[in-house]
Amino acid sequence: MKFLRDLMDKQRPLFEKGGKLESLYYAFEAGETFLFSPNHTTGIKGAQVKDAIDLKRMMITVVVAMIPALLFGIYNTGHQHLLAVGETAGLWENFGDKLIIGLQLVLPIVIVAYAAGGLVEATFAVIRKHPINEGFLVTGMLIPLVVPATTPLWQVALATIFAVVIAKEVFGGTGMNILNVAMTARAFLYFAYPAQISGDLVWTYLGEKTAVDGFSGATALAVAYNAGIDNVPVTEALANHNTALGSDLFSFTNMFMGWIPGSIGETSTLMALVGAVILIATGVASWKIIVSGFAGAYLMGLVMNLLAVNEYMAMPPQYHWVMGGLAFGIVFMATDPVSASQTETGKWIYGLLIGMLTVIIRVTNPAYPEGIMLAVLFMNVFAPLIDYYVVKANKTRRLQRATV
Amino acid sequence: MSKIVKLKKGFDINLAGKAKQELADFAPAQTFAIKPTDFIGLQRPKVLVQEGDTVKAGTPILFDKAMDQVKYVAPVSGEIVEIKRGEKRKLLEIKILADKEVARENLGKIDLKSIQRPQLVERLAESGVWPNLIQRPFGVVANPEDTPKAIFISAFDTHPLAPDLGFALQGEDQYFQAGLDALVKLTSGKVHLNVDGSKSVPAIFSGAKGVQINQFTGPHPAGNVGVQIHHLDPINKGEIAWTISPQGVVQIGKLVVEGVYDATKVIALTGSELTKAVYVKTTLGSSVSTFVKGNLNSGHVRVISGNVLTGEKIALEGYLGFYHHQITVIPEGDYYEFLGWAKPTTKKLSYHRALGLLSFLNPKKEYVLDSNARGEERAFVQTGVFESVTPMDILPVYLLKAIMAEDFDEMEELGIYEIVEEDLALCEFVDVSKHPVQELVRKGIELIQYS
Repeated sequence: MKFLRDLMDKQRPLFEKGGKLESLYYAFEAGETFLFSPNHTTGIKGAQVKDAIDLKRMMITVVVAMIPALLFGIYNTGHQHLLAVGETAGLWENFGDKLIIGLQLVLPIVIVAYAAGGLVEATFAVIRKHPINEGFLVTGMLIPLVVPATTPLWQVALATIFAVVIAKEVFGGTGMNILNVAMTARAFLYFAYPAQISGDLVWTYLGEKTAVDGFSGATALAVAYNAGIDNVPVTEALANHNTALGSDLFSFTNMFMGWIPGSIGETSTLMALVGAVILIATGVASWKIIVSGFAGAYLMGLVMNLLAVNEYMAMPPQYHWVMGGLAFGIVFMATDPVSASQTETGKWIYGLLIGMLTVIIRVTNPAYPEGIMLAVLFMNVFAPLIDYYVVKANKTRRLQRATV
Repeated sequence: MSKIVKLKKGFDINLAGKAKQELADFAPAQTFAIKPTDFIGLQRPKVLVQEGDTVKAGTPILFDKAMDQVKYVAPVSGEIVEIKRGEKRKLLEIKILADKEVARENLGKIDLKSIQRPQLVERLAESGVWPNLIQRPFGVVANPEDTPKAIFISAFDTHPLAPDLGFALQGEDQYFQAGLDALVKLTSGKVHLNVDGSKSVPAIFSGAKGVQINQFTGPHPAGNVGVQIHHLDPINKGEIAWTISPQGVVQIGKLVVEGVYDATKVIALTGSELTKAVYVKTTLGSSVSTFVKGNLNSGHVRVISGNVLTGEKIALEGYLGFYHHQITVIPEGDYYEFLGWAKPTTKKLSYHRALGLLSFLNPKKEYVLDSNARGEERAFVQTGVFESVTPMDILPVYLLKAIMAEDFDEMEELGIYEIVEEDLALCEFVDVSKHPVQELVRKGIELIQYS
């Protein structure tokens, strides 16, 4: 790797103070530190050795945790397509075709998200003269996973740019943002272009082909919501839905595995849990938020059972875990350390409320079938308030000690 | 009533290069130096000697015009060879070329039974042993005009590669007890002696009389006196406590019993780059060159006075800090590493499982760490880590943010009075975003102290 190092050293003066490309220093620096860990040493006073971890390593761990969901999403995109047009029946039939169709649809979205976001990030770094933040490694992967495979690429680009600028850079970059960046991107799409990210038609890619007779592209959440209106038991409605594609499309196991229509990476509860295991084992995400998030959804589901004004409310609470993006949202979005609650006690409350709010929004609000997106954003806003009271309790303990 | 406190939070940095329990013979150090920069809070230093003067061990060479009762004295006898100043004539070092035989000022023994507190304070302050007493809050040299609510002594050091105090203080029992007896007279409250509850306690500590002996167990920073104070008798606004190291107590004891200023001590030579990692007997402020030169495994090293968490980088010919009982020598880390952040490795040490996921398989492994900064400074991102290495009811990130924002009320409310740099040193080590935590802590303390 010596020649690379030599190359870097040769280019360096160009970008340093007084060099021709001085203004692009941080872009150069980002590339350099990506290739080579810098040769900085610790100061004269203070800690003389440092932990080997840095933010790059931490962020890439999150990306690794998302890879199972991404791979599953790619395959499932192809699977749903062939299922809808009636060219496949079994899960593993036409494996290669499904993979290729999935890759064709998903890869461009990933590339566009990384490119658009990376460009904004680099532009801001150069103008504002700060290092390029590694947080974008994660955001660029999260955004593709929470949109349907049919989303137009320009919308992906626009949403990414909007989210990086408005949700992050105006606050000062990674570490300063109030809202989760990827969730903001999705919320932007949801409110700006609802036609492409809601309803029954966007979740399954059909292309030029026509769907089989009796096909419905509705998600499980939509089916459940309609069951509530029609007053049919939800489990029954789910079982009877889309029999054209085989009778058990919305069975509990199938939904847990994720062989259902939905946004690219969020359909599989299993893959979200695999990600959760990676994140918790590496200590990157807070297990408190994940555990309390799932617990909150279950608890609220039980409370809804008690009320049971309609059939949706009477749905067994564990169905909330496997429908929609709840698992993905709790594992990858709610645990974002910057926008989540930052105190340990606060994390319990924060996670619990996200789970509960998600179910409340799902069950009671006709306009938003998926509650996790708004629940996370809402709790992002409230996280500082939770922390405020946790910190205040710490101060009070200290103050009481003084007066005793 | 002695207390037993079990701490869970923290982290032991397991480094290679632990000192073997034997006293080695090295050529004695030629020069000694008092570094006024070691005394935090020394405001207006005034030098009492000139280059060329001869001094004895115990001759005053320096005092602070802001606290002129306290004298800083020469650790050995000899000739003042250099008074080194830096920018704006800032006083850096007063160097002494030592005589072969140390001549000591006769300061007179102290009869603890008859002496009154004000006279005792005066004798201690004049004799040069006083700067061993550190005041909390702020971690500055104690003011003789104050009466502390208690005095705390940590009888064990949990820092990386720290010396075993039981070994280093062998044979000093009599002086240690005499020092304790003197301390008891200084405070209106108790003298707390905190020992390591997980090991058998050396007789010098377990046999100590007139003090309260408390036991602490747990990983570093369980041996930090600040952490111990927090669990025994926390410092609130307006209160003052003093701390002192066992070596400092021995110095006071020697003054009481022998009537001389005797700053000889046993220090540990540690670190992966030393061929012989052992203990050596020397004197405060000693040049380290005779211990280090010819004792190195490799050429490109960093010599640290103190330990790797709170120590100070010194030159190969540098001097041992006033409060340090250890030298650590580690490799200098000024190299580039290709994809260093991404490569899987078992050589690097991390508190975080994102890098050290499988390190639990080999918990006893000793690591060679160098001085590479391991990344660049970023905004705070990861949460909950600082709390997990700080065994106190303190929220380090909020406190640090309050310091950055220079919010005085917030700093006070979040507990700035209870900490000094070393208490959050582990935070600086584990920080993903590489903040200069200890520097920030001192900045916050100074803001509060001089407001």
